[in-house]
Amino acid sequence: MALSRVAVRKVGKRFGPYRALAGVDVELAAGEVCALLGPNGAGKSTLLGILSTLVRPSSGEIAYVEGDRPRALDDRLRREIGLLAHASLCYGELTAVENLVFFARLYGVTDPQGRAHALLDEVGLDARARERAARTYSRGMLQRLALARALVAGPSLLLLDEPFTGLDRGGALALGQRLGQARAEGAIVLVVTHDLEAIAAVTDHVVVLRRGQLAHVEKRRGFGYDELRDLYHRHAD
Amino acid sequence: MVTQGHATGFLRTASAVAAKDLRVELRSREVVYTMTFFAAVIVVVFSFAFVKDQKALVEAVPGVAWAAVIFAGTIGLGRAFDREREGDTMRALLLTPAPRLAVFAGKTVAITALVVAVEVVALPLCLLFFNVDLGAAVLHLALVLVLGAIGFAVVGTVFAAMLLRVRSRDVLLPVVLYPILVPMIMAGTKATGALLAGAGGEAWFWTQFLAAYDAVFVIVALWTFEALVIE
Repeated sequence: MALSRVAVRKVGKRFGPYRALAGVDVELAAGEVCALLGPNGAGKSTLLGILSTLVRPSSGEIAYVEGDRPRALDDRLRREIGLLAHASLCYGELTAVENLVFFARLYGVTDPQGRAHALLDEVGLDARARERAARTYSRGMLQRLALARALVAGPSLLLLDEPFTGLDRGGALALGQRLGQARAEGAIVLVVTHDLEAIAAVTDHVVVLRRGQLAHVEKRRGFGYDELRDLYHRHAD
Repeated sequence: MVTQGHATGFLRTASAVAAKDLRVELRSREVVYTMTFFAAVIVVVFSFAFVKDQKALVEAVPGVAWAAVIFAGTIGLGRAFDREREGDTMRALLLTPAPRLAVFAGKTVAITALVVAVEVVALPLCLLFFNVDLGAAVLHLALVLVLGAIGFAVVGTVFAAMLLRVRSRDVLLPVVLYPILVPMIMAGTKATGALLAGAGGEAWFWTQFLAAYDAVFVIVALWTFEALVIE
């Protein structure tokens, strides 16, 4: 069953003496694309890490809700989470197909080969490239592969950290459309980005972090690029 | 898209992770070549260093063999986990719904296979350069070395995974690893020495000690691995 809501309650994170996050409250709902904005070092990637279950919060809690029932923080919950991080999270020695088949198996996907090829078609990695070792890929190709890996199990919580990095104009447009599709399918999408132009058309929810604290939250259908830019400058700078 | 109910079972995941690691290594052969070359150099150098009456000193064989395996193993361990760091793929593994302990088991199996591959080269080289004929005890020695490889891989995988994001991990890994390996290395050298001396009873005692060491650290590793690898 898919997640319907994720509630971040008073979440804080310290790395030794450094405070990365402090008392952050955010509510993410199914069928929404949330843009998580903020300057470098604001705590965006840390929050993404906590939501992905890879980073333990120092304080506060995260509630993953399915329907009306909270989900236990167990192995099965991670099937619902797709993460695109700064690094590709893929093996350079393996081809794109081998990478996706390997991860599809770990996610328990039926027909890993078929799923791998379908995803590579979707992200636009051509047939010749997908049989080459991933270490030979350009930054943009690697980003497409990383996106395919994040989508491999059809996650209902999609966490994307700077997903437009390295993509050409066509790739960025296709990614924007894919985010819109994920929203239409009822996924919870959280995007950390500085590319406000690319994300504006699909954003329903804006969260701005500054120095590890919540600076602004706003929810409504459709933000324009100028509005997002103004919000960013008003609350993040 | 449909997902299978119990597809991410323990054995299935562990074998997928081990197969992936070995496939990556077979493609580059970088780790196994480095480890084997290093182990061979240690054996050759020590066979010329430990000489008495113009003959290589047989009493040095246990120490030389185990030093070669442990030092070469440490190089392999560090490099194998460097690969996981390059694409941050350890995070990708931990992010899957597969049991995290199965990820640990898979990586341990792959490291064990690499260490055994080094032993397959280092041991005959040791016997050759030190002019030792083990006879039927060679099978018992093989068992001792496999138990040693398992113990090394279990402890090494936990610490290498824990230090994955630490900047000075290359320096820290031997510092934290070797003190914990000391009982295993002692048991291994004692068992090997006893086999060379034809003391079968003593060799079995140390073999059992090695098996117990492995069992204890498998339990400790399974208990602590998840807590150690999450930030």
